[in-house]
Amino acid sequence: MEVTITVNGTAHTLDIEPRELLVHVLREELRLTGTHIGCDSTSCGACTVLYDGTPVKSCTLFGVQADGVDITTVEGLLTAAGLDPMQEAFKEHHGLQCGFCTPGMMLVGKSLIERNPAPTDDDVRNAIGGNICRCTGYMNIVKAIQAAAAASQQAGSTGTAAPEPANA
Amino acid sequence: MATETEEIRGIGHSVRRKEDDRFVRGRGNYVDDVQLPGMLHMAILRSPYAHAKINSVDGSAAQAMPGVVAVVTGELMAQHNLAWMPTLSGDTQAVLATDKVRFQGQEVAAVIADDPYVAKDALERIEVDYEPLGVVVDPQSAAADGAPLIRDEKEGQSDNHIYHWESGDKEKTDAAFAGADVVVSLDTHYPRSHPSPLETCGCVADVDPATGQATIYMTSQAPHAIRTVFALVAGLPEENIRIVSPDLGGGFGNKVPVYPGYVVATAASLLLGHPVKWIEDRTENLISTGFARDFHMHGEMALSSDGTMLGLRTSLLADEGAFHADAQPSKFKVGLFHIVTGSYDLPAAHVEADGYFTNKAPGGVAYRCSFRVTEASYLIERLVQNAAYELGMDPADIRKKNFIDKDQFPYESVTGFVYDSGDYHAAMDMALEKIDYAGLREEQQRERADGKLWGIGLASFTEVVGAGPHKDYDIIGIKMNDGAELRIHPTGKAILKISSITQGQGHETTFAQIVAEELGIQPEDIKVMHGDTDNTPYGLGTYASRSTPVSGAATAMVARRVGEKARKIAAHLLEVSEDDVEFHRPNYTVRGAPDRAVTIQDVAFAAYTNFPDGMEAGLEANYYYDPPNLTFPFGTYAVAVEVDPETGEWQVKRMVAVDDCGVRINPMIVEGQIHGGLTEGYGIAAMQQITFDEDGNCIGSNFLDYLLPTAVETPRFELGATVTPSPHHPIGAKGVGESATVGSPAAFVNAVIDALQPLGVKNIDMPLTSARVWEAIQAAQGGS
Repeated sequence: MEVTITVNGTAHTLDIEPRELLVHVLREELRLTGTHIGCDSTSCGACTVLYDGTPVKSCTLFGVQADGVDITTVEGLLTAAGLDPMQEAFKEHHGLQCGFCTPGMMLVGKSLIERNPAPTDDDVRNAIGGNICRCTGYMNIVKAIQAAAAASQQAGSTGTAAPEPANA
Repeated sequence: MATETEEIRGIGHSVRRKEDDRFVRGRGNYVDDVQLPGMLHMAILRSPYAHAKINSVDGSAAQAMPGVVAVVTGELMAQHNLAWMPTLSGDTQAVLATDKVRFQGQEVAAVIADDPYVAKDALERIEVDYEPLGVVVDPQSAAADGAPLIRDEKEGQSDNHIYHWESGDKEKTDAAFAGADVVVSLDTHYPRSHPSPLETCGCVADVDPATGQATIYMTSQAPHAIRTVFALVAGLPEENIRIVSPDLGGGFGNKVPVYPGYVVATAASLLLGHPVKWIEDRTENLISTGFARDFHMHGEMALSSDGTMLGLRTSLLADEGAFHADAQPSKFKVGLFHIVTGSYDLPAAHVEADGYFTNKAPGGVAYRCSFRVTEASYLIERLVQNAAYELGMDPADIRKKNFIDKDQFPYESVTGFVYDSGDYHAAMDMALEKIDYAGLREEQQRERADGKLWGIGLASFTEVVGAGPHKDYDIIGIKMNDGAELRIHPTGKAILKISSITQGQGHETTFAQIVAEELGIQPEDIKVMHGDTDNTPYGLGTYASRSTPVSGAATAMVARRVGEKARKIAAHLLEVSEDDVEFHRPNYTVRGAPDRAVTIQDVAFAAYTNFPDGMEAGLEANYYYDPPNLTFPFGTYAVAVEVDPETGEWQVKRMVAVDDCGVRINPMIVEGQIHGGLTEGYGIAAMQQITFDEDGNCIGSNFLDYLLPTAVETPRFELGATVTPSPHHPIGAKGVGESATVGSPAAFVNAVIDALQPLGVKNIDMPLTSARVWEAIQAAQGGS
C-alpha cells in the first residue's frame, strides 16, 4: 500500500504492507532507530512519537494509519540551532540512565509543555504515566521536563538563553 | 610548562554524563539497531505447556513458506551437539527441546526468514505433538512424594531436589535459642519477580563461514564470560569469537545468563552464512528469561527480654525453575544469603536452604542485587520489626541496641563475612532526623485516635557486594577479577578500556572521573571503552554491584601504574631525581620549588617525544584487580504510609533514604542510582509478581499482568548520605547500584504492617496489593 508520511518535516512516500506497524516503518523503512520497542502492547511508551503533535504509541498503530500525518520522532527534536531545551534539560538534570525510554519521555514532555507551560510535579507525572522508566525512578525526569518548560518560557518571553539550572 | 588550570573534575564532582549526547539525540546503538547486509531474522516457537513429552516436531509446512530460509529444531541442534548447554550453576539447559518441555515458554524450534513478520507467521505452521505431563509449580509440591520428575534426563536425578546448603553454626544457634527469653518467627514468600529492563534480550549473530570469525552483538552484562562459554559450548576458537554488547537498555541481572536464542542464532548464522537477528518480544522476555527471587523463607530470631539479639535461624525453599541456572558464585548455592545477620551483632546464626526444580522458567538472577542479598535483607529487617512488637520496643531502638558498633569494624560475622567498615548509628540517626521520626510517631498516635491506619517502617540494611576475592569467588571456574587498560596519547588525552559495561549506570563518565582523580586529566578528555571483547580486557562484567568495587578499583590501580611512569618522565623533564617530584594534580612539581612544574600533558607528550635513555616509549598500562575483600554498603530507610481501611490501598506519605556507599565518585549519578533502586524496591513491595496457575501457565506474561511502577504511583524520595570509606578499596568506594532495591522492600512492608499493628496483622506477603492488604484487614477484623 502506498502511503505518504511526513516524518520530522520530510515527506516520505512508501510502499508498505498494511499490517506493518508504524514503529517498524520508522525503524526499518526509514532507519530512524531512536524510537524504541519495549513491550509490543502499548504499555511502556518506549515507542512514543508525536502524531500531528499528539503523543501516540507507534507499536499499536499501523503505518498506513499515518498516511498524510505529520510524525515527529526523537530525531526531529534536534534543530540547526542545536539541542532542543528538552534534550538539554534531560542531560542537565540526569533525566536518563540507559536511554531506552528517553526518546518517548522527551516527546511526551514536549507535548505537555506546549499545552501547559508551567507543569506541576503532578502534571508531569500524569503526563508521563504511560511511559515506563526502569532506571531513574522518575524524579529527575520530572525535574528535567519542568526545567525544559521554564527554559522554553524564558526563551520565548525574553529571547535570551535558558537560565542556569539550579542543580549544579 | 605548568600553568594555573581549572579544577580537575575527579571524584566528588557531579559531572554531567558523557554518554547522554547520543541518547538524547536518539543515536544510541542498541542491539535491535544493528543492521547488517544480508541479515536474516529469527523467531522462536515456545511451548504452550509447562510440562509435556514431545512426540514429534514437524517444520516442513513452515519451511515451505515463501521467505522462510530455515526451520531449526532440537533434533537439528542435537546433530551439532548443541541441543543442550551448560548453565552458570553447573547444570545443563535445553537449547531447543528434544525430549520434553519443562516450562511454559521453553524454546522448541526456531524459524529463520528474510523478514521478521514472515518468521513469526511461520511459527504457526510448525506442528508439535505434545503429550501433557503432571505439573509442579512450587518447591513444596516438587518435594512431595510422587511428584512428577522434571529432570528425568539428568543422570542420577531421581527426584526434584537440587541442593542442600548450610552456613553458620547450628549447635551454637540451637543453644542460643534454648537460652532465649523470646523467640519471634516469620514465614514469608519473597515472590518471583522479573527484572524487566525496558529493552528485551536479543542478538545479531554474524558468523563468517569462510574465516570462522563470529561477531555476536548481544544484550549481555557479561560479554567476556559469555565469549568463554561460547568457546566451551560450541567448540569455537576463542580468538574468533567477538562479543559486542553495544548500548544496553537496562539489565538489572536479566542480561547475565546465556539464553538459548543466542545459541540458536549463532548456530543458524554459521550454517546459513548470513547474519541472523533475534529480538525477543516482551512476553518471551517475561516467560523465559532470568527471573529473580522466589524464595519461601522461614526465619526465627532469639532475644533476651531486654531486646538483645541472641541468635538467628533461617530455612529456605528455593524455587529454581526447570533448570538450575542461578547466576552466582559457584561456591555459594544460595548466593550471599548468609549476609542475613544484616546490620546486627548476632552471636549465633544458622542458614539452611534446599533448592528444587519446578515447571517454571529458569533464572535465579541477581535482580539489582548481589546474589540473594535482597531476600536476606528483607527477612532480617522484617523479623526485627516483629521482635520490637513482641518486646514492646520501638523498632528504631531495638535496631540501635543491636547494631554492630562503628568501633567493631572490621567485623567478622558468624556466617563468615568480614564487614569492611560501617557506622550504622549515624545513618539511622540521620534518617530519623530527616523524617522527624519522633514527630511522626506522635502524629501516628493522633491519626490512630481518629481511626486512621498510619504506619512508619524502617529498614537498616547491610549489603555485601563486589565479588570477589579469587580464593572464594568464581563463576563456572572463572575468577571474579576485572581488568583495566589505560593509554595516554601524546596530546595528553586518554583512552580507558574496562571489562565491566554500562547499562545506564554511567561508566563512561564515572570511570573517566576515577582516572581524572588519579592523573589530573579532565574526564571529558578520557574516552571509556567497554562491552567489546576484542577491544577491552577480560573480566566478569557488570552485575551484583561489581563495577565500582572491582572494575573501578582496577581503573584506579591502572591509573596509578601509569602515574608511576609519568613521575619518572616528569623527573627527567624537571631534571631532578624522582624522589624530588611531587604530584599536585595536574602538575608535577619539584619538592621545595613549586614554581618548577610540568603538567601531565607535558609528561604525556614527552613519553613519545622526549623520554630518557633506557625507558620504553609510551604511557600506558594494564591491571587486573583481585579484591582483597567484599564491600559492605549500608543505610537506613524510613517510610511513612497511610492505609485506606476501605480499599486496602496504601500511600507513601514520606520516604527518606540515607545511604552510605563509601566515597561517592559522582554524587548526581549516585542519587540517580538510588532513585531507580528505590523505585524497583517499591515495585517489588507493591506490585511486581510473576504468578502461575496450577497448570504452570505464566500469568505475569505482559505489562498488563506484570505491573511495574509508573511515575503516577512512584513515591517522591528524600535522600541523605553518610560517607564511611571502604578501607581496602583504592578510592574508598563501595558500590551503590543495588542498595536501594535491597534495602527498601522491607521498609515499605514494615510501614504497612506498622499501620495495621492496631488490628494485630503480623505479616502480608509481597506484593502488598490493595487486595491482599484489604483481605488482611478483613481477616483481622473477623470479616469474611
